[in-house]
Amino acid sequence: MNKNSLHSGSSARWQMPFISNRRLFALLKYFFLILVSIPFIFPFWWMFTTSLKPISDVFGQLTLLPETWLFSNYIEVFQFQPFALHYFNSVYIAVLVTVLTLIMSALAGYGFARIRFRGNSLFFVMLLTSLMMPIEVTIIPNFYLIQSLGWTDTHLPLIIPSVLGPQGIVATFMMRQFFLSFPDELEDAARIDGLGRFGILWRIALPLARPILGTVAILTFLGSWNSFLEPLIYLSNQNLFTIPLSLRSYTDSYGYPLWNIQLAATVLSVVPMLIVFIVAQRQIVNSFARSGLKG
Amino acid sequence: MISNLQRENLPSGMSLKRRDEIYGYLFIAPQMIGFLLFVLGPLIAVFVFSFQDRNLLLGQITFAGIDNYQAMFKDALFTKTLQNSLIFTAGLVPLNVLGGLFIALLLSGNLRGMIFFRAIFFLPVITSAAAWAIVWRFLLQSESGVNTFLQAVGIDGPNWLQEPNWAMVSVIVTRALKGVGINMIIFLAAIKNIPQDYQEAARVDGATGWQVFRRITMPLLAPAVFLVTVLTIIGALKVFDTIFLMTNGGPSNGTMVLVYYIYYQGFQFFETGYASALSVVLFLVMFILTLIQWQLRRRFVFDEQE
Repeated sequence: MNKNSLHSGSSARWQMPFISNRRLFALLKYFFLILVSIPFIFPFWWMFTTSLKPISDVFGQLTLLPETWLFSNYIEVFQFQPFALHYFNSVYIAVLVTVLTLIMSALAGYGFARIRFRGNSLFFVMLLTSLMMPIEVTIIPNFYLIQSLGWTDTHLPLIIPSVLGPQGIVATFMMRQFFLSFPDELEDAARIDGLGRFGILWRIALPLARPILGTVAILTFLGSWNSFLEPLIYLSNQNLFTIPLSLRSYTDSYGYPLWNIQLAATVLSVVPMLIVFIVAQRQIVNSFARSGLKG
Repeated sequence: MISNLQRENLPSGMSLKRRDEIYGYLFIAPQMIGFLLFVLGPLIAVFVFSFQDRNLLLGQITFAGIDNYQAMFKDALFTKTLQNSLIFTAGLVPLNVLGGLFIALLLSGNLRGMIFFRAIFFLPVITSAAAWAIVWRFLLQSESGVNTFLQAVGIDGPNWLQEPNWAMVSVIVTRALKGVGINMIIFLAAIKNIPQDYQEAARVDGATGWQVFRRITMPLLAPAVFLVTVLTIIGALKVFDTIFLMTNGGPSNGTMVLVYYIYYQGFQFFETGYASALSVVLFLVMFILTLIQWQLRRRFVFDEQE
């Protein structure tokens, strides 16, 4: 723990001839980092290699690479069930939820932060209460509501309650925080130039809000993409499935998992996310750092 | 309508304010409607339902008083569920909080390759919970990844997901690996916020590295640790997908936790009245935890700052 060797001359006595304490400390750090990394990397490697194995080779051997590369597993993914359709469902729902959430939360966040109207803070405090309530608490009454709206076995319950319910409110909260710090002078200048509220929001506020819009977009997309409980209870028609539901359906007629094909499908669902993450790591990490809200 | 108002009142000073008010209401209207429809309404409903005898399939609804709550006390599976939720939380929180702190401390201080390692620990966060659970379910089969790994170092691993206690350990560790990256990120940001001067001043005064850590870094990180702890507890009590996909609450209900039990009673047994009473229990726990979180947040303002 002697990081201070540069500062205090006295610790020089304790240094080994070739490796300084500082070096040793760094080496120790790397040793632990690599050790701790194993359970984070290993599942991805195992998932990938198993997805290329024949089912007979799936268990019982510690090999770095498959002995036979069975690319046909990846074809079977699509033959077994309409995986491409499930993929499309997940993508279009996540994109739609993200776009609608951006619009709604920008409007509401801007309204709460910049416009004075009677009940502003009262309404906002009301919204805040929903931050303390995970969707799991109201899943029973929400099911009755969706049923009475005739929305079961449609994608609507995966879209509308996400945009306008608790997740959308979290987004509104984040947008409001951003717009609160927005300089008054800019708005005043825009008004003198004859811009109305929509004009100010669209031309002045939103372009400046790009970082927070990015954050909201990333968290919303991932939230929708990963959602499991709602599709599970609202969807029974297999053609409407999203990826998380689809992945668990790779079983044989006895309900026993078709491991290699299931893992091939999992690889296909994970890889685009990993690529996006590698490209936009900083932006994504910052988004999560900004939202201590996400439980 | 709005443009009419505009034209009518344009000369007076009031009009601008009035018009603005209308825009304000318009802007927040969708979220407020959503709030009433999907948050407040259902929240009131869940309390009402909890005093009713309801069945999702049969559709008959009768007033039941506190029957559902009384039934809870006699329900051995509910007691087991609460125990399991407690064990899951007690297992997950130290792993996730201390693990996140440990990794963040390893990564702090201009470590070369920091971005690379940070990415590795963050990979499971952006992987969907479903994918992560499916991979680990595979790795924890008796002759699969984890056990072949253990065998290589001479340990005979158990059949992880088939024995109640090991199944609980399995879901805890799987979930911990999934979420530790978020905590790491929050801790890294908190460490970065500690003014460098404090540590340097202490060093000039002759403090050792350990003393600096113990007396300066740790106390300044304490609020972040508390906040992350509460967030992790909330997350732990909400766990569903990992357990659904890995163990289905089994074996012998060994991993049956609160949210899974709500799902189980509501959507497998269609006892939506009883499931609502269970939801009320979940709500009360969450409510208390969130109040604590807000108190902490006031002291450690994390995302609200510039």
